[in-house]
Order: sequence, then C-alpha cells, then structure tokens
Amino acid sequence: MNDRRVSDDLLRPLLRTSRLFYVLVAILCAGVGLGAVSWYVQLSNGIGVWGLNWPVFWALDLTNFVFWIGISHAGTLISAILRLVNARWRRPVTRSAEAITVFALMIGAMFPIIHLGRPWLVFWMVPYPNDRAMFPNFRSPLVWDFFAISTYLTGSLLFLFLPMIPDLALVRDRTTGFRRKVYGMLALGWTGTTKQWHRLETAMQIMAIAILPVAISVHTVVSFDFSMAQVPMWHSTIFGPYFVAGAIFSGIAALIVAMAVLRRTLHLEQYLHPVHFQNLGKLLLMMSLLWMYFVFAERLTTWYGNEPSEMAVFWATQRGRFAPLYWTMLICNFAIPFPILAIRKLRTITGCVIASLAVLAGMWIERFLIIVPSLSYKHLPYSWGEYRPQPVEITLMISTFFAMALLFTLFAKFVPMISIWELKVGDHPAHEPTPAEQDEVQGLWRAQP
Amino acid sequence: MAHRWGMAVDQDRCTGCGACVAACHAENNIPTVGDDQAARGRAMHWIRVERYWEGEFPDVRLKFRPVMCQQCDAAPCESVCPTHASHHTDEGLNAQVYNRCIGTRYCANACPYNVRFFEFYNPVWPKPLQLQFNPDVSVRSVGVMEKCTFCVQRIKTAERDAKAESRPLKDGDIQPACAQSCGAKALVFGDLNDSESEVSRLSRSSRGTKLLEDLGTQPKVTYLQRQSE
Repeated sequence: MNDRRVSDDLLRPLLRTSRLFYVLVAILCAGVGLGAVSWYVQLSNGIGVWGLNWPVFWALDLTNFVFWIGISHAGTLISAILRLVNARWRRPVTRSAEAITVFALMIGAMFPIIHLGRPWLVFWMVPYPNDRAMFPNFRSPLVWDFFAISTYLTGSLLFLFLPMIPDLALVRDRTTGFRRKVYGMLALGWTGTTKQWHRLETAMQIMAIAILPVAISVHTVVSFDFSMAQVPMWHSTIFGPYFVAGAIFSGIAALIVAMAVLRRTLHLEQYLHPVHFQNLGKLLLMMSLLWMYFVFAERLTTWYGNEPSEMAVFWATQRGRFAPLYWTMLICNFAIPFPILAIRKLRTITGCVIASLAVLAGMWIERFLIIVPSLSYKHLPYSWGEYRPQPVEITLMISTFFAMALLFTLFAKFVPMISIWELKVGDHPAHEPTPAEQDEVQGLWRAQP
Repeated sequence: MAHRWGMAVDQDRCTGCGACVAACHAENNIPTVGDDQAARGRAMHWIRVERYWEGEFPDVRLKFRPVMCQQCDAAPCESVCPTHASHHTDEGLNAQVYNRCIGTRYCANACPYNVRFFEFYNPVWPKPLQLQFNPDVSVRSVGVMEKCTFCVQRIKTAERDAKAESRPLKDGDIQPACAQSCGAKALVFGDLNDSESEVSRLSRSSRGTKLLEDLGTQPKVTYLQRQSE
C-alpha cells in the first residue's frame, strides 16, 4: 500500500461529503436536542422531575457519570500502553481510542453539573479568589473529582492533539481557502523538519507516561465518591481498582464498537483488519476475567463477613428486587463475552462487536447496581426506599449516547480517524516484521521529513 | 464554657402521637409536599417517629423511636460537602447553610440516619398555611438540602436574651419545638457540657444508647431504651 493511497483513502471522508452525512448529523442533533429539552424541563421545575427521592438521592445521574468516565479509559490506557510497549498493531486504533476518551469525558463530566439542585452555582466547587475567602471543602471527594477530571480532560486533549499535528498539516496541504487557514492554524506551523519530529516524539512519550497515572487516579477518585461514605457495600477498599478495571473493560468495548462502525461506514477494511479486533478482543477477554475476579472477591468477602446492613444490600441484588439486573449484568459481562472471546473461531469482528455491546450494557448495569441498591437499603430499615427512573432522566441519558455519536461523527468528518503518518511509518499491521525491518521502521520514524 | 447541645429521647415515654412532627413542620417552615409526592418518597419530616413491632403475634410489643438529626460530633455529612454548606458550629451543631448549598445531595447519601431532606421542587404552601410562617426561619427554595437544626433560632434567641439580661442560661431555657410539644416529655433538650442538666443526667442513664453508635459518628442524641411491657 503506497503512501499516496493511504492519504487518499483516509482523507476522503474529510474532502467529500455525502447527503447521508447531513441526514445522520440532523438525526443525531435531534437526539441531543431531546436531552437539552429534558434539562430545560428539569431546570424550570426542579430535580423532582427525576425519580430521585428519600433515600435514593443519586441514581441515573451518578450511574451515567461513572459509566461515561469509565468509557473514557479506552483511549488513554489502551493508546498509552500500546504506545509505550510499541505494539505495532496499535497504529490504526489509537486515534479513535483517544477521541473516545475526550468525548466520553466531556459527557461524563457534565453529569455532576446537571444533577445539582442548583447547577448555576457549580463554580462554587472551584477554588477561585473572592472577597469572602470562601473556598471549596478540600475534604470532599466531589472536589477531588473536580481536580481529577479537569486534569484528565486537559491531559487527554493534549494526548489526542499531539499525534494529530502532522495529519492536520497534511490536510492543510491538501485543502484550499478557508479550510486551509483553519487546518493551518491547528497544525501549529508544522513543516515536518527533523527537529519537529524529534520534539513531537518526545512530547508524545512524555504524555503517554504522564497520562497513565492520571487515568488510574481519575477512576479511583470517582470510586472514592462512594467508598468514602459509610454506606453499606460502598465503604470498601476494593473500589479503587474495581472501578479502574471496570473502566478499562467498558472502554475497550466502546473502542471495538466504534472501530467496527468506522470500518463499515468509512470503508476502512484495508486498514482495520480482523487482527485488530482479535487483539482488542483478547484484551477484552482479559478484562472480563479480571472484572469477574473483582466481583467474586467483593461478593465473597461481603457474604462471609455477614455484616447485617451489608447483607441487606447483598441479598437485594443477589436474589431480591435487583436480582434480574444483577444476573443480567453477570451474563452481559461474563457469560456472553467469555466464550465468544475465548474461542478463537468466534473471535471474529462480528463476535467481538456482539461481546462488546453486551459488555457496554453490562457495565452500565454494574454502575447502577453499585449506586441504587446501597442507597435503597441503608442502615435503618425504617428508611429503606424504592427508586423508579422517570422520563426526564431517561431521555437525558439516551441523549448522551446521541451526543457521543454526534461528536464522533463530526470528529471523523474533520480529522482523519486513522493516524496517517503513523500508518506510513509503520508496517502493514497484519504482518509481523523481521528485526531488520524493525530497524528500518525505527529509522523511518526518525528520518521522516 | 461553650455549650454542647444534645437531646435525650425516652422510648419508654414516647407514645408515637406525632405532635413533634407537626410542631417541627410549623416551627421550621417545612413544606408539606402532598400525598402524591409523599408517596414518591419526597416527604420532609425533619423529625420522624419510627414504629417497630417486636415479638410474634399475639405477644407483640410496639416501640416508637423519634429520629431527628443526631448532630454527630464526627458527622459523615460534613466532610463530604464540597462547599462547606454542611459544617460544624462552635456549639457542636451540624449547621446547614442553605445559601451555600448547591444540591449535590452527597450529605444525604453519606448520612447513615437518613435525616436530611431535599427540596425537589420550589415549595408551595396550601392556603392558609402561608399565613403561619415563622419569621425567624428562612424559607428554603428548590435544590437545597435541609435538616433538623435543634431549632437553632430558639437557641440563638435564648442566648441573646440571657446576654441582654446579664444572666447565665438556665437548663430548660431552650425548648426545641419537638420537645416543647411532647406531651409525654419523651424529648429532653439541653447542654451536655452542664453535667447537672437534665439531658446530661438522662444521657448517663444505664438505659442510654446511641443510634448506630458503632459507625463512630458520635451522635449527641441518646435513646433511653424501652423497658416496660
């Protein structure tokens, strides 16, 4: 495959627009608009239009928050780790992963704002100088959230943007007029000198290392929202790693789905090979086993410890009101993906996508089951309660999926979804290079004009 | 010496009449949400009377437990509030600054007693209830958390009056609305730093227990367990 063809293939979506694209964007915008209307209804009436009540003060809001922040771990962890170990097959994958990270993070970070009783005062969580010397409470995990997420968002934006620079320069050189100007600005004067390549490589190396602890800390802090409170089944030391593992799990699933969609719609069959899906499928399989291990460890210690308030929540999920959801979760996160991904014959693109869709559903349920049963069955049985989701919060939630699709579609329209320069310096992904070829590639990486 | 306000609840005396609940609503401008919202779990009773049946029919025994904010010394609600809306006062009260509350509802989730209530909608008072607002208590708007204050407005008034008359506060000078309206005198309020006060005496009772004491929240409400049949 020559360089020319790679550029042509991957730039085609940017330069040519079909009618279908406008239809798709219109539909997605309508979906997002639905969410905006829901939020308007909530703002003008009060959060009472949600199903929240005493004692379930958090439900879909925090479920979606944790779910989307979890999805955002696709990019950083996968992309950063694969970059660091220099896995060759990563090249066509990283850009989508990094884009998912940024968009999922933006959507996830929205929930702690819109779920507030008085969202217009959200800036009180920010430490800003003011005449009354009122600062946020640094002991609150919600304030830790603010810092963790803003750091992560900044880092992931950089991590997405840095490897985009040479591609943006390529687009700049292929376009004219207004577009050339915009891409020129975004390309930051990239000309492809050896010095620039060297700097880019260094910056990317630094970011790949720096983003890893940030990503892990973000989901740990998110888990602290729960584990810091003395609520049955929340107050647990396992939550940090459990949440991080679940996040990577759902992140990989989201990446597989997004890649399959891209492959089909942008005709990238030449670039996204079955081997990419198989490799990601293996990662997903590993995470499924890890997740199952965490569930087992959490459930067994709770059951064996037999602490009354925890057992109320335990039985409510195991065989009580939440049991249907609980067992669906286990089926979606383990019973479906495990055989599909473990058996080589089934680990096809379709197989991986089916497993991933199941995992996405299962991980959403997992987040819900962490939050709602615990709040429904707190220490005093007199104050046990029930929660039923209401239309406003459901439409809000659905609209976030539209928002994700919209952001991803627009991104694919304006930026090559596969890193063109990385593909050019790399080998054909399906082919394992000899050491001599590897040296050659390394040389290419450095000498790229 | 600073005061340390506390309460003793004698479960032998409580008849479960609910006068405390009504008095609390009237004193603290607590909205009544209506049947529909109450059925959906939005009722706001800063004090509630929990009812428990003990034993097997026909040998059952009825037990009432009025539960209000336990004014914990190590309050789980305070540390989690991102804006300091929920904070500890010098006199040991868990104060809630409505104006500072942005409505994360984290405090209500962290509270093991479930004694925090949220304004899910802007409150409305059916006529003629709007005529009996207590001018000493602010009316809360949509999106803020609220809870029992031990009738802090009465505490402050009594402290001010005592200061104006240059005399120390006497035990019994302050009566929260619930204690004042309790016909059976099951609720006793006072200063726990004054070892002679009635609340201190009752808190030392061998019948005394704290609600969910092993969570380490150090509540300032003592429950005197029921002994009579």
